[in-house]
Amino acid sequence: MVYLQLFLSFLKVGMFSIGGGYAAMPLIQSEVVNERGWLTMREFTDLITIAEMTPGPIAVNSATFVGIRIAGIWGAAAATFGCIFPSCIIVSLLAVIYYKYNRVSTLQNILASLRPAVVALIAGAGISLLRTVAFGDGAMHVENVNWAGIFLFAAAFVLLRKRKWNPILVMALCGAANMGIHIFF
Amino acid sequence: MERNSKRKTLWQLFLSTLYISAFTFGGGFVIITFMKRKFVDELHWINEEEMLDLAALAQSSPGAIAVNAAILVGWRVAGFAGMVTAVLGTILPPMLILSVISLFYQAFASNRYVTLLLKGMQAGVVAVILDVVWGLGGKVVRERSAFLCVIMAAAFVATAVFEVNVILIILAAAVAGAVRAFCGRRRG
Repeated sequence: MVYLQLFLSFLKVGMFSIGGGYAAMPLIQSEVVNERGWLTMREFTDLITIAEMTPGPIAVNSATFVGIRIAGIWGAAAATFGCIFPSCIIVSLLAVIYYKYNRVSTLQNILASLRPAVVALIAGAGISLLRTVAFGDGAMHVENVNWAGIFLFAAAFVLLRKRKWNPILVMALCGAANMGIHIFF
Repeated sequence: MERNSKRKTLWQLFLSTLYISAFTFGGGFVIITFMKRKFVDELHWINEEEMLDLAALAQSSPGAIAVNAAILVGWRVAGFAGMVTAVLGTILPPMLILSVISLFYQAFASNRYVTLLLKGMQAGVVAVILDVVWGLGGKVVRERSAFLCVIMAAAFVATAVFEVNVILIILAAAVAGAVRAFCGRRRG
């Protein structure tokens, strides 16, 4: 049953994405693209782009997007409920513990050691997105190289790293520049 | 009277979280600063130190930071009903926006100009993600802990080279962290 599958897939995303933000991204890719085939890598890349441009957590955005495309409004509800359900249980427990004892340091210590692994996983997902940008859906071959994409990526990276530009602005400029490049050249 | 004031609090909580969620771009860390401004500085429902603790908890728990923070603030303000209210306020705006977008996505994605725009933005998104990775990875390296560096390197090789399941990698790192915490306590 598709609602249950959506619920369970996003339950995994909600349960194992620790550290917020991009931490959900590798899990969503693993569940939605690799395991279930609900989205192609290109659709997934579009989804991450859209999620970045709109308010709200990536996991909730993705759950709604995937759910509605697979099984309509109720699919979106099932997937979204799945991805917030573990938080509701675990964080509520933590809230109770926090207000009762005012300390949760042991658990926080263990969770802190997850951080390097999460960074590595985000790096992995980022690199597979980079591959999609550089080669499109095609094989990793010189003929398929998207030079404009690589140039925009490099320019954006420098602006973000060295100049600390606003990410949303950089992304919007990349979009506009890509349109310009293809229309005028 | 009592009931009325509780309903009023819940309504205010709902509107606040709805507003914060609808206008916060840029993920969990940003939303926490908005919550602080609203619930600490403006409404005085939570004191500043508590908000910092809640932020740390929200960041180190599973799930989206924004949702986690909403759960914690909700419990603090009005118990279980507050938690449900705050979560609804937080997830409704992205759900509505993404529903509309996904309905138009097919038409969007087949338009030449939209495709060009999205493709360019993808290059930007990848740069944003790898910039974040660079910053976070640098922070891990600067802690000068061989243990953390080995975990990071091993996790990267496992995911990028061997394509090991993401959940397995996270569980393995958690086990390593637990073992280390346990050994450290016995030694120290």
